[in-house]
Amino acid sequence: MSDTIGLILITIGIFFELAGCIGLVRLPDIYNRLQAATKCVTMGTCLILAGCVVLKGICSPIALKAIICAVFILLTSPTAAHALARGAHLYGVKLWDKSVCDMYEKDKK
Amino acid sequence: MRKMVLFIISFITWMLLTYQRETCLELQGVVVGLFAALLTALIFGETFAEEPRKLFDIRRYFWFLVYLPVFFYWCLLANFDVVYRVFHPSMPINPGIVKVKTSIKSKSGLAALCNSITLTPGTLTVDLTDDGYIYIHWINVESQDIEEASRIIIRKFEKILTRIFE
Repeated sequence: MSDTIGLILITIGIFFELAGCIGLVRLPDIYNRLQAATKCVTMGTCLILAGCVVLKGICSPIALKAIICAVFILLTSPTAAHALARGAHLYGVKLWDKSVCDMYEKDKK
Repeated sequence: MRKMVLFIISFITWMLLTYQRETCLELQGVVVGLFAALLTALIFGETFAEEPRKLFDIRRYFWFLVYLPVFFYWCLLANFDVVYRVFHPSMPINPGIVKVKTSIKSKSGLAALCNSITLTPGTLTVDLTDDGYIYIHWINVESQDIEEASRIIIRKFEKILTRIFE
């Protein structure tokens, strides 16, 4: 039973990772690509780690390490995306042509 | 005080990371862990928490437990949102950078709010000013007004995060 649940969790995680990678290719500019990459990769990785926890049992050493890894990923991955987006904007990477508004650019002047 | 708290937290993290069933509490591992935690506390103690007394408030942990399911719900919704936009043949996106205002002041609270914004549907934190404005890249801009955008994007987290971090 726990094998089935664990494998289902890992499968869903891999599906989200795949969606994130396709988004990385399809979406137009760096900010939209970061959106897809951050959300899907964070959640996908956390689901894969949760699958490992279910497969191995909550008290095993691997499960404890997986939980710690999930916490670290949840803390660091959005921060890295934030740093990349800010760096790209300060460097002068333009938004996509069809973007609606850019208040950051307006306020920087 | 700060160094003490950081010392205890990093020691617990170390013990969990190096935990193995056969050699669960070996003297050697404990000594190395104590040393590593001491080093961490001495180097990073000053930059750790602004007010360590907040760590001993039980109510904050209760609100943190309330916050977790809310956060995971929005996180899951964000993923389905990305899946929908990516696999849709015409890619329904309408991106732009908007500005919102937050009332949270503490640094850890702002960090948690920004991370939550990044992991919720269609939004990505770009920058943060000293007077409480956050610039957010929104994949589907619904409103360019500061008040309206704040209401849509951050009100769902702000109340609980204020109770946890303020």
